[in-house]
Amino acid sequence: MLAADGRPLKASLNRALRRQKIRALFLIAPLLIFILVSFVMPIFDMLLRSVENQIVGNTLPRTVVALQDWDENADTAPDEVVFAALYTDIALAAEYKTHTRLGSRLNYEMTGISSLFRKTGRAVGRFETDVYTEAFQAADPAYADPAQWAGWMQDDNIRAALPQTTNTYDAWAQMIVEEENDIPAEEEPWDFVYTALYADAAGGAALPISVDLSAIEPVSLQASFAEIDEDWIDPDVWQTIKAFSPSYTDGYFLNAVDLLRGADGVEQRPENERLYIGQFINTFVMSLSIMGMCVLLGYPIAWLLANLPARSANLLMILVLLPFWTSLLVRTSAWKVLLQQQGVINDLLVWMRIIADDGRLTMINNQTGTIIAMTHILLPFMILPLYSVMKTIPPSYLRAAKSLGATDWTAFWRVYFPQSVPGIGAGCILVFILSIGYYITPELVGGTKGVFISNRIAFHISSSLNWGLAAALGTILLTVVMVLYWMYDKIVGIDNVKLGG
Amino acid sequence: MLDNENAFVAFDRVQKSYDGETLVVKDLNLAMPKGEFLTMLGPSGSGKTTCLMMLAGFETATHGDITLDGISINNIPPHKRGIGMVFQNYALFPHMTVAENLSFPLEVRKMGKSEREEKVKRALDMVQMGSFAGRRPAQLSGGQQQRIALARALVFEPELVLMDEPLGALDKQLRETLQFEITNLAHDLGITTVYVTHDQTEALTMSDRVAVFDDGRIQQLAPPDELYEKPQNSFVAQFIGENNTLEGVVQEIQGETCIVKLDSGDIIDAVPVNVSAVGDRTKVSIRPERVEFKRDRLHADAHTLKAEVLEFIYMGDIFRTRLRVAGTDEFVIKTRNAPDQARLKPGEMIEIGWLPQDCRALDA
Ligand SMILES: Nc1ncnc2c1ncn2[C@@H]1O[C@H](COP(=O)(O)OP(=O)(O)OP(=O)(O)O)[C@@H](O)[C@H]1O
Ligand SMILES: [Mg+2]
Repeated sequence: MLAADGRPLKASLNRALRRQKIRALFLIAPLLIFILVSFVMPIFDMLLRSVENQIVGNTLPRTVVALQDWDENADTAPDEVVFAALYTDIALAAEYKTHTRLGSRLNYEMTGISSLFRKTGRAVGRFETDVYTEAFQAADPAYADPAQWAGWMQDDNIRAALPQTTNTYDAWAQMIVEEENDIPAEEEPWDFVYTALYADAAGGAALPISVDLSAIEPVSLQASFAEIDEDWIDPDVWQTIKAFSPSYTDGYFLNAVDLLRGADGVEQRPENERLYIGQFINTFVMSLSIMGMCVLLGYPIAWLLANLPARSANLLMILVLLPFWTSLLVRTSAWKVLLQQQGVINDLLVWMRIIADDGRLTMINNQTGTIIAMTHILLPFMILPLYSVMKTIPPSYLRAAKSLGATDWTAFWRVYFPQSVPGIGAGCILVFILSIGYYITPELVGGTKGVFISNRIAFHISSSLNWGLAAALGTILLTVVMVLYWMYDKIVGIDNVKLGG
Repeated sequence: MLDNENAFVAFDRVQKSYDGETLVVKDLNLAMPKGEFLTMLGPSGSGKTTCLMMLAGFETATHGDITLDGISINNIPPHKRGIGMVFQNYALFPHMTVAENLSFPLEVRKMGKSEREEKVKRALDMVQMGSFAGRRPAQLSGGQQQRIALARALVFEPELVLMDEPLGALDKQLRETLQFEITNLAHDLGITTVYVTHDQTEALTMSDRVAVFDDGRIQQLAPPDELYEKPQNSFVAQFIGENNTLEGVVQEIQGETCIVKLDSGDIIDAVPVNVSAVGDRTKVSIRPERVEFKRDRLHADAHTLKAEVLEFIYMGDIFRTRLRVAGTDEFVIKTRNAPDQARLKPGEMIEIGWLPQDCRALDA
């Protein structure tokens, strides 16, 4: 089939459609980009952060490699090779000042590591390793000449012969350039480079200028580290370092569900450290209660809205929307005033002699407070979808049911209610998903018991700075919501959700 | 005439106001015998639905008494009145199948399952919808939904059925079929029916009696032929069928006939219906098909009017001719398309007249 201009009709049609599609794409492009930047990318980043763990490998690259040969199940600390690698790594990290960050990271897994690293960073420059430096420099002055070092380190034969020295020198040279803003060819290498040179030589490598090593008394790096802190020869510390040396870890997730990776695999955390499962359950139970309260309170209001004459309905609608016009913070604080022990409601109850003065109810800084305040805040999100669905149910259905002999209740329950279910579904999804991730209100009125998992997440983001754990918690929350959504779709069918019309 | 005592349905001086300021139903008196098919006909907003709703119990009368089988139902809630109802938009429950819709009124009456199924099946067969039991209302056409709505209103065997413009949303042909079916069903089952419509053909063809509503009152309550041929006032004459109106003053009354002097000065014969004295202003009404323009068909002494043909419309079975008569351009006559029938040409001058009993002098 050919179009009027002689081209195939299909091709012409495709071209016309493509132009339309491109135009449509241009129209939504701003929104698309906005969503990509403000929504998809942050979520992706969060997912990544929850498993990312490059800090150990980046800060202690040599140690991580050396640790591969160490048996973490053996009840002994690693050998000298590992400590030699650690020496170089820590010495460099101390210059880059990354050892404290690593310390805080590993501290999430094992308390005390943070201070261990800080202490070690300070002490590592005072090791006895200058004996190597002095010995080499005494044997031949060339070893003290920065230019000579630089020359050797450009010679491929020497580089091949002295692998550890080369590796260490290169890292050192890079550090000199980046951190000290100096030229390596003008700086005398530091002790740990000579330590590596000694290690190469002791391993039988040919030195550029041969030196008699028998006169040098070797320094035990393991002993030097142990001198800084006994913890360095504690196998548990090394287990932790090794367990978290891969670039990606499930540690944050295990932590988020109150597990930990111990000596013999995954195990439960000690009783007093189990925080998050309970918190998740708490969040769900509270969100469900809030949702239930919203249905109970919102349904009659929505019904009134849909059935009152237009004028009264408008007034009621304004009242329903009023909360949207006042600051969330003000409203939440108002609940504090109302609900606290010396607050308005307690005063009223005492005045009416319903409760005794010494039996004032605790309605705030606990779950009750959170549920009351959140129900109030989320109620419009239940009422509006319910209302828009109810608005589409003609009153003639109820009349028909009654004319057929149904009592008011039967007519409502058998005829009206089933048709309003899509509205309930929409409202419930909206309220539940909003409440499960709510932060500000539980933070203000939730005390310690009435807080949500999001408050924990916020804590890890802004206070403890454990972003990995925060990301893992967030990811779990996201997954749970998506699973619930999927289940809802299976059971109720998402087509049955109506937000309007 | 039936009095309220032995009527099946009776409205006794019923008034209704929604807002406390205007009366939507002003003074309604109506008595229906058992088994009657009564239609409420009237322009939009004349209070027909309101009357039906009062009868069904969804609105309460502001004043007056409504009785059903001799019992006042003012204080009986709708679900206890046992009145079947068909709504304009059918009001079939969208979340139930056809069978569930029909079985609903039986379920709320706590009827056993087998009896229910039996009755549902019988009702569906009655409206020829037996094979649609498992469908949802949304899967039915308008006419099919209408049938189901009818079956649902009848399935619990009410003695009184109310229908509010049940055929309003259907096309003409389907409407005619269903009109026929509804009247047949109502008569076969012996049900008393109150039917609301503003389609006068529907009212005339279906009903035993028609109540013409206007302005919150029944303007005339009569069988269809009487309504058409003997309208009691000018509203009914105008509202039912096509009608020619001429205005004038009564000049002479002689028992069953009177003479009216039109505003143009012409003199015509009429039957005095709503005029009482000489000198009253009146609107006379003549049906287009009762106008004669052949001298030999009229009384020798009948008064005639001069008329000029303005337009001749060929309508198939009839000819419709528009004339200028006594100062109006809207005078219409209808003649049957018979072989010997004259086809008038625009511009032609003729003389028209009628039998005195076909021309009714009504209120002005
Ligand atoms: N619920 C109500 N509240 C206030 N006024 C109403 C209500 N229902 C009807 N009315 C008024 O009462 C009058 C009669 O209404 P009704 O519905 O009985 O008319 P109808 O004869 O059925 O008209 P239609 O042929 O258009 O259906 C109208 O003027 C209408 O505006
Ligand atoms: Mg109506």
